[in-house]
Amino acid sequence: MAVTTKQEWLERTYQRSKERPVRFSTLSDLEVEPLYTPEDVTGDYATALGYPGEFPYTRGVYESMYRGRLWTMRQFAGFGLAEDTNARFHFLLGQGQDGLSTAFDMPTLMGYDADHERAMGEVGREGVNVTSIHDMARLFDRIPIGKVSTSMTINCSASALLAMYLVQAERTGVPWEQVSGTIQNDMLKEFIAQKEWICPPAPSLRIVTDMVEFCAKKAPRFHPVSISGYHIREAGSTAVQELAFTIADGLCYVQDAVDRGLDVDDFAPRLSFFWDLHSDFLEEVAKLRAGRRMWARLMRDRFGAKNPKSLMLRTHAQTAGVSLTAQQPINNVVRVAVQALAGVFGGVQSMHTNSMDETLALPTEQAVMVALRTQQIIAEETGLTNTIDALGGSYAVEALTDRMERDALEYIRKIDEMGGMLKAIDTGYPQREIAEAAFLYQRQLEQGIKTVVGVNKYQVPEEITIEVLKIDPVLEERQIQRVRKMKRERNSVAVREALRLVAEACRSGENLMEPICAAVRRDVTVGEISDVYRAEFGVYKDPGWI
Amino acid sequence: MAKPGLDGHDRGAKIIARALRDGGFEVIYTGLHQTPEMIVEAAVQEDVDAVGLSILSGAHMTLFPEVIRLLKEKGAGDVAVFGGGIIPDEDSAKLKTLGVSEVFTPGASTEDIVKWVREKVQPRQ
Repeated sequence: MAVTTKQEWLERTYQRSKERPVRFSTLSDLEVEPLYTPEDVTGDYATALGYPGEFPYTRGVYESMYRGRLWTMRQFAGFGLAEDTNARFHFLLGQGQDGLSTAFDMPTLMGYDADHERAMGEVGREGVNVTSIHDMARLFDRIPIGKVSTSMTINCSASALLAMYLVQAERTGVPWEQVSGTIQNDMLKEFIAQKEWICPPAPSLRIVTDMVEFCAKKAPRFHPVSISGYHIREAGSTAVQELAFTIADGLCYVQDAVDRGLDVDDFAPRLSFFWDLHSDFLEEVAKLRAGRRMWARLMRDRFGAKNPKSLMLRTHAQTAGVSLTAQQPINNVVRVAVQALAGVFGGVQSMHTNSMDETLALPTEQAVMVALRTQQIIAEETGLTNTIDALGGSYAVEALTDRMERDALEYIRKIDEMGGMLKAIDTGYPQREIAEAAFLYQRQLEQGIKTVVGVNKYQVPEEITIEVLKIDPVLEERQIQRVRKMKRERNSVAVREALRLVAEACRSGENLMEPICAAVRRDVTVGEISDVYRAEFGVYKDPGWI
Repeated sequence: MAKPGLDGHDRGAKIIARALRDGGFEVIYTGLHQTPEMIVEAAVQEDVDAVGLSILSGAHMTLFPEVIRLLKEKGAGDVAVFGGGIIPDEDSAKLKTLGVSEVFTPGASTEDIVKWVREKVQPRQ
């Protein structure tokens, strides 16, 4: 008798075989069945999938996807002094990269000037140091701000950096209306995962919303928030948690802006996302597809958004830094290639591919080139860009997409019940969920349930021989001297007055961005603006949940 | 267990803190963004036997020696200092000559670290 259902096949045919003694689960530990069939895909084509460029955008936000335009290849770069990073920017643009992406050092990210004692040993280490508008000018020297879109990965001090970027544009004759780019500025995920903050969550959210409102009115081509799952995942979350917490963060930003009286369709088209691309290929493709469908439905149903652009989840993605190994580092090239493929099958709009040496230090020029070439090979040699959403309709991918959406919506329901993401963060809910998942994964790795090649399997005795980028400690001293000189020479009366106006706006509730732009024109620094936040809003302390 | 410096990479520190706690040790986790002064103050106040530092920002050559110097200054030079993070081999060797007891790098298992603490850290007199 012929097999007619999946159940029959499992019971009669499949059970004759012997499975390898491993746990068949995704990287995030969702159990995976041996086979998916039409029985596993319950949604109706038109409502669950639809066509590319059409609601609910499961198959892609644009009608032509990569046939119309390839994704933006955007490698994240930044180290040393502004001049060093400027040289790397020119190198990357010369290699065919389309957009810039700036990595700042820890002092800049945390709102300390280079000459602050807390900056000791960290100036120019993990990224470029930008203390004042002069550094911003050096960073974008000979780069046409009106033509190249720039992404800036910065959060708690983002308001100061956005102001500097806009003032730099204005000083080079580019009107704000023409400035395009993205600033990460996702403070909620800072409290959840990346942990760069100045003041507590509520005032942090207010500053973000000030920037959303300001950009909608003054710099309409700029993306004021990049709602980021990347750091949540890198901190150890599962793929479902990444999806759920990120969408929940997005809902919180939209709600806050709407509560302030903004029309959702005036700002939502400029919200963008940022996902992690991890090693479990199908899980990642499913996550990206599920995210688009969820956002479209939530924006329509919860906020009544009407502009199709408000419903489209457009996203940057980066391969998973956490998946790279210090052991046998050349293997990382393969990991990055597979992860980047998931990004392409998942329909991302821009992508950063990590360099093989990034577990050891910031990447060398050679390693960055291989990473960029990986994207170019996928785009131009493999033929994968010919067909839109080529995995759509795969029983396994559709079943997994449905599953991820269902599980993520359950998390969002819980967060709604707590009163939204701001409240959930106060109780440590997402933080603890992530720590738990990270610990579980580490245990599974040590028990051999999960494999990382070269780490817990196929190890070889080795000395790491690849070349790594070294940052000369002299750079820190040079930057400190430069900042001190600038502070001595500027008009200190004007600086004090500008800072007073920023403080006043903190108290009155007036939008902070105009006074901050005025301040950076007067050579007020990142640290000084952050100090106003510290004084006016208080300093957030890590509750240190383990 | 302490996180000096400005970076927020606390995944490792939290996992190690939890593994040590599960291994029967009393663990105090400082939370993020600690200065060497804050760490040493906590170590002295809590009368700890060892300080574990997790550093992933590249500032290890500044922060490890500073913690050791301050511990000595406070009369707690016998507190073992160990750590982990993205620390190149040559820096790791240099840190050991500067008084760091052990440096764990990517791939070290929690089991190895717990075992090392159990065997190598002496309770202070």
